[in-house]
Amino acid sequence: MKKIFIGLSLAILLAACASKDPIKAPVDSATPTPTSTVTQTPTTKPTDNTNISGKPMDDPLKDPNNILSKRVIYFEYDQDSVKAEYAALIQEHAKFLSNNRNRKIRLEGHADERGSREYNMALGQRRADAVRKATSVLGVSNDRMETVSFGEDKPKATGHDEAAWAQNRRVEIVYDGE
Amino acid sequence: MTRDITFSRGDFFASIFSRARCVVLIALAVMIVVDSLAALAAPVTKASRLFYVGMAILLASLFAVQSASAQLIIDVTTSAGRQIPVAIVPFANEATAPQNITPIIGNNLARTGLFSLVTQTGISRLPSEPSEINFADWSTRATEALVIGGIYPSADGRFDIRFRLFDVAKKNQLASFSYNVTASQIRATAHKISDEIYEKLIGERGVFSTKIAYVLKRGPRFELQVADADGFNPQAVLSSLEPIRSPKWSPDGTKLAYVSFESRKSTVIVQDLATGQRKTVSNFKGDNYAPNWAPDGSKLVVALSKDSVSQIYIISANGGDARRVTESNSIDTNATFTPDGKDIIFVSDRSGGPQLYRVPVAGGAVQRLTFEGNYNVNPRLSADGKLIAFVNRDGSKLRIATLELASSQVSILTDGPLDDSPSFSPNGRTILYESKAGGRGVLGSISVDGRVKSKLSSQSGDVREPAWGGYGSAGVVR
Repeated sequence: MKKIFIGLSLAILLAACASKDPIKAPVDSATPTPTSTVTQTPTTKPTDNTNISGKPMDDPLKDPNNILSKRVIYFEYDQDSVKAEYAALIQEHAKFLSNNRNRKIRLEGHADERGSREYNMALGQRRADAVRKATSVLGVSNDRMETVSFGEDKPKATGHDEAAWAQNRRVEIVYDGE
Repeated sequence: MTRDITFSRGDFFASIFSRARCVVLIALAVMIVVDSLAALAAPVTKASRLFYVGMAILLASLFAVQSASAQLIIDVTTSAGRQIPVAIVPFANEATAPQNITPIIGNNLARTGLFSLVTQTGISRLPSEPSEINFADWSTRATEALVIGGIYPSADGRFDIRFRLFDVAKKNQLASFSYNVTASQIRATAHKISDEIYEKLIGERGVFSTKIAYVLKRGPRFELQVADADGFNPQAVLSSLEPIRSPKWSPDGTKLAYVSFESRKSTVIVQDLATGQRKTVSNFKGDNYAPNWAPDGSKLVVALSKDSVSQIYIISANGGDARRVTESNSIDTNATFTPDGKDIIFVSDRSGGPQLYRVPVAGGAVQRLTFEGNYNVNPRLSADGKLIAFVNRDGSKLRIATLELASSQVSILTDGPLDDSPSFSPNGRTILYESKAGGRGVLGSISVDGRVKSKLSSQSGDVREPAWGGYGSAGVVR
């Protein structure tokens, strides 16, 4: 009698458990008996999710309120040292690149029209290289950054005064696919 | 005695404006002549006065006959020493020929600063055959050399062009040639005749038949153009919305190497001018720029940033691997081979500002060449390897300078303020360079002794980065 009680109690407990946690307490699964002769057909096909790709609706690289949308670093005449005011900008891009390991950047260096046309290629390159180094020390590997120079041939401003030249002595950060 | 002669010829029939401009220039030239005659009244001889008058008349005739195909305007300034007085008699039948000849010859010779053109007014019968020459007509005009000739249509639509060159004092013939050419070859024949005259009278090869290449920027568009050495007959061989830079002729004159940004970065392309075929020969990571041909045409020296900041490399003219020549932590760029192909002259900022250096191609000690000033760039060697033309910056002024290698003598040839990209003529007498006039890019040319200057400007757009082709460029692109 005692044995029967224990057995029943266990059975009840197990049953109770089973309803709560079917994984931990597998019940003896009897094959479900169809309640009718109607055969059920699936109403949806298996989901094809191979061609769906989402894009973040707010691309931080394009968001004007995000510092990552700031892409231009300006330089002094004949200089290739990155001014302190651009430290935050470079830091944010380095952080973005660290968080997005599949992204790459091109650093495009430019010079103003003063100086020899051919040697200005080198000056633009020095500037791009200075930004590369500043980004590299923040942990971005060099194979994710390409530096290129346009010399003086792609001015941002077309004038021939200091205001225009200041706009043209620059490095632009360009992300892959842009 | 110094005289300044400024003249211009160009697209005369293109617009009333340009005609008015030419008239102003003639007036200006006459004023300068009158002025200098007054100032130098004592030493002026009858002959030189005649020369001035003759020059003005000849210029007027140049303007009148120039065809509408011309697209560059030429201004010449001469501070001449001795000039050979040459009379170039209008060729028989020239007026009815599809293209004038003698104005082209006259302009070619005058532009060198080595010749003065003799007036022909008052001569009753201008000769076109030897039997018609009255040498007294010319010796009284202090003429040393006389050019006569004619252009005769032949039955097949071609033209026979004949010319003869005479030594007036000795009354003997120095040269005679005849050419059977098509109408489209008449201008080239005029250059050929100029070369013959130049060689006979100066004793060295002329460069009038060679070609120049340059970049023309028109609005947003870049064009690579090839033109006759006098700037006329320009033809675009490439057009792009991305920058085109640094055109350089292959030694045989059949190809141009240049830098293209059509893939949004610099790559070096070699283009065959006869076939138009283009090949990307350097497209490494980073910058691929500043190409220059090895003397044998099989290789190019380039500046690449694939391993660090710009260093000098040598690549095959067909592309392929790059062999590194310089090993520095500095910018090394703008390299050019010496004519023997053994050394490279290049620019480096290893000492601070950019200076010229020399290094053996096979490797070895680097030798610094320039010490004056803190910005010396863009070296080009003369064909004999004795002279380097380069760009010197003084303050903000960019000037064309030369360095004589044997003596280390530096000469500043131009005043700037934005003179750049020098290129030697194949005979080493003249340097073509990029300059600015009226806010636009124009081509300047200056004799290596600094005496003769001229400017060539396009009527539309900025002309920049000229490259003078070698003797082999004469036959390429009609």
